[in-house]
Amino acid sequence: MASEADLKMDMAISRMLRAGVSIAAFVVLAGWSLYLWQAHGVGPDYLHFHGVPSPADRLTPVFEGIRHLDSSSIIRLGILLLIATPIMRVAFCVYSFAVQKDKVYVLISSVVLTVLLYSFFRR
Amino acid sequence: MIEFSSAVLLTSFFAGLLGALTGLGGGVVIVPALALLFHVDLRYAIGASLISVIATSSGAAVAYVREGFSNVRIGMFLEVATTLGAVGGAYLAARVSTPAIGIIFGVTLLYSAWSSFREPPNETPHPPNALAEKLKLSGDYPADNGRVAYLAQNVPAGFGIMFIAGILSGLLGIGSGAVKVLAMDHAMKLPFKVSTTTSNFMIGVTAAASAGIYLGRGYIAPGLVAPVMLGVLAGSLLGARLLVRIRVPVLRVVFAVVIVALGVEMIYSGATGRL
Repeated sequence: MASEADLKMDMAISRMLRAGVSIAAFVVLAGWSLYLWQAHGVGPDYLHFHGVPSPADRLTPVFEGIRHLDSSSIIRLGILLLIATPIMRVAFCVYSFAVQKDKVYVLISSVVLTVLLYSFFRR
Repeated sequence: MIEFSSAVLLTSFFAGLLGALTGLGGGVVIVPALALLFHVDLRYAIGASLISVIATSSGAAVAYVREGFSNVRIGMFLEVATTLGAVGGAYLAARVSTPAIGIIFGVTLLYSAWSSFREPPNETPHPPNALAEKLKLSGDYPADNGRVAYLAQNVPAGFGIMFIAGILSGLLGIGSGAVKVLAMDHAMKLPFKVSTTTSNFMIGVTAAASAGIYLGRGYIAPGLVAPVMLGVLAGSLLGARLLVRIRVPVLRVVFAVVIVALGVEMIYSGATGRL
């Protein structure tokens, strides 16, 4: 029942997820190694919530931080890459369904993509 | 600092290992572990767990999608419900008090433990279903005797339960795999293999929908997220490999006891205001 086009889409999704998770994990590992190396004495306090609506998670400050070899910014980049992985997967599905001329699923996957992009960029 | 980080890394590794072996996911273990053992604020624990959930779901989905178990169309259709729920849940997380979140978490843990023992329903031949056919909620998956075809049933009920699964995911920072499987194998009557793997495939997208909002709220603490994400990911990858070799039933009993204990402790801590 699964068509050739669906099988091709499945393989592409599989490769995309593997690449995304591997790259994100590598960046987080690199940032965390630097973080532990730079750390002195007591670490940050996780016992109490500070709730800073962190502007540091926007892309510009993250890249700014990386230029100064700020380990937290490198970890943040890895986290952003990880969150982007499923978003890219859904964007790719919109494209694949469009190629297959499957209008219903172009609509359905576009709704999912809109919700994801809303959540990601609303800050 | 180094001690704290290595202890968190090790705990996350075991959480990921157990989560993969039982199919419940690492999130349900790591949140109570961080909150109860390390006394991390529940919001940081939930944020770190949510990020690790994206990693493990996407990591495991690599094999499931390639081998043709996960159904991309069914997953995409139900992701409309889970992502909307997840955004709602992430908003709720800021309005519900921490003790109340602890209690909801505890109840979800008890439900997950119970559900891991429930027998999957018998697979019966599926009658035609107009809505499911229109939405192409069908497929086939590899089994011992060739490919087995299936068609979804009770589509609105499944969609509704998925919305609740999304809310829980956004509120508690977990994949809520147990609720997703409930929607797919009990309501929609999908084969067990298809519902578990499609559920896993959906978890990454659902979690990504609340992650953006968590970031904006400062729930994501990089120094904590890094060991949790790397530990849970490594543990769950090892768990997925071990799964083919070791006997799961014994392990399920052990794990269910751990989950029940964590659930009771979360409810107790929440009710006595210690979270």
